[in-house]
Amino acid sequence: MEEKRTAHQVLVTRVLEGDGRASRAERHDAFDNATLIEPLHGLISKVAKHPTLITDDDVAAVKASGLSEDQIFELVVCAAVGQATRQYQNAVAALTVAISDEGS
Amino acid sequence: MRLEILNSGYTFGTKVLFAFIQLASRRPVPDAAKLVFYRTDFYGEPMKLFTHEAMRGPSAWSVGDRELMAAFVSKTNMCEFCIGAHTATAAGAYHDQARVAAVLSNLETAPIEEPLRATLRMLQKLTREHTVEAADMRRVLDSGVSRAQIEDALAVCFAFNTTNRLADAFGFFVPGPKGFESGAKYLLSRGYK
Repeated sequence: MEEKRTAHQVLVTRVLEGDGRASRAERHDAFDNATLIEPLHGLISKVAKHPTLITDDDVAAVKASGLSEDQIFELVVCAAVGQATRQYQNAVAALTVAISDEGS
Repeated sequence: MRLEILNSGYTFGTKVLFAFIQLASRRPVPDAAKLVFYRTDFYGEPMKLFTHEAMRGPSAWSVGDRELMAAFVSKTNMCEFCIGAHTATAAGAYHDQARVAAVLSNLETAPIEEPLRATLRMLQKLTREHTVEAADMRRVLDSGVSRAQIEDALAVCFAFNTTNRLADAFGFFVPGPKGFESGAKYLLSRGYK
């Protein structure tokens, strides 16, 4: 399991802290599904919570707002990794509590 | 795909590799592969390492079980591309298409082992509601699943909760059964590296 946790941390650190075309602050906001300016916020929020509802128009609107495709690529990746990470960490914490309850 | 860079923004070496894959498989390169070959240092390489470890690394779950979890998480997320890809891969790994179809059709009545059913139930709740509680984990432990197995299942769940979102956001092309079978053969022989 240690290998998986390490590989997960490497992925998260890379997308958030490594070199990128989007700023680190924007990548963190996308990862956290924090409030961003529209129309980017609408796209990032859908990536996190309703990915099947994303349309061509959602992506086109973000492009039209001035972001490059590479910036959109990075921010969408951060949003997906961020939401999956919150789920992963929540579940690992729940498992830790369950194991600890068994031992007490 | 919705971003032109994911259709054509590759280095010369990657374009040669894609041409070779297309020639060998006689099928277009799947969009899932294109995604991890785009600016590999940003996402592709670290994600491939994680996913390979989760899907093919040491685990008490078989490759078939983990591919079934991938298909099941994808079904919960209604991600068409990943349902097709991992249904075919799980069926290939188990050599049993009916088992996979039964789980995706109705988890509660599918003829599978109770520990696997309890684990899939927990993954479904986590994927659908984004959260689980200690009581959910206790139910899985009580069914006979070890802590290490739960952690391994959560790694599979992370990988596909990420990939499903990217498939839908970038608009992966959904191939037909032959495309999925070709992809499944690749994943079963080479893994996710």
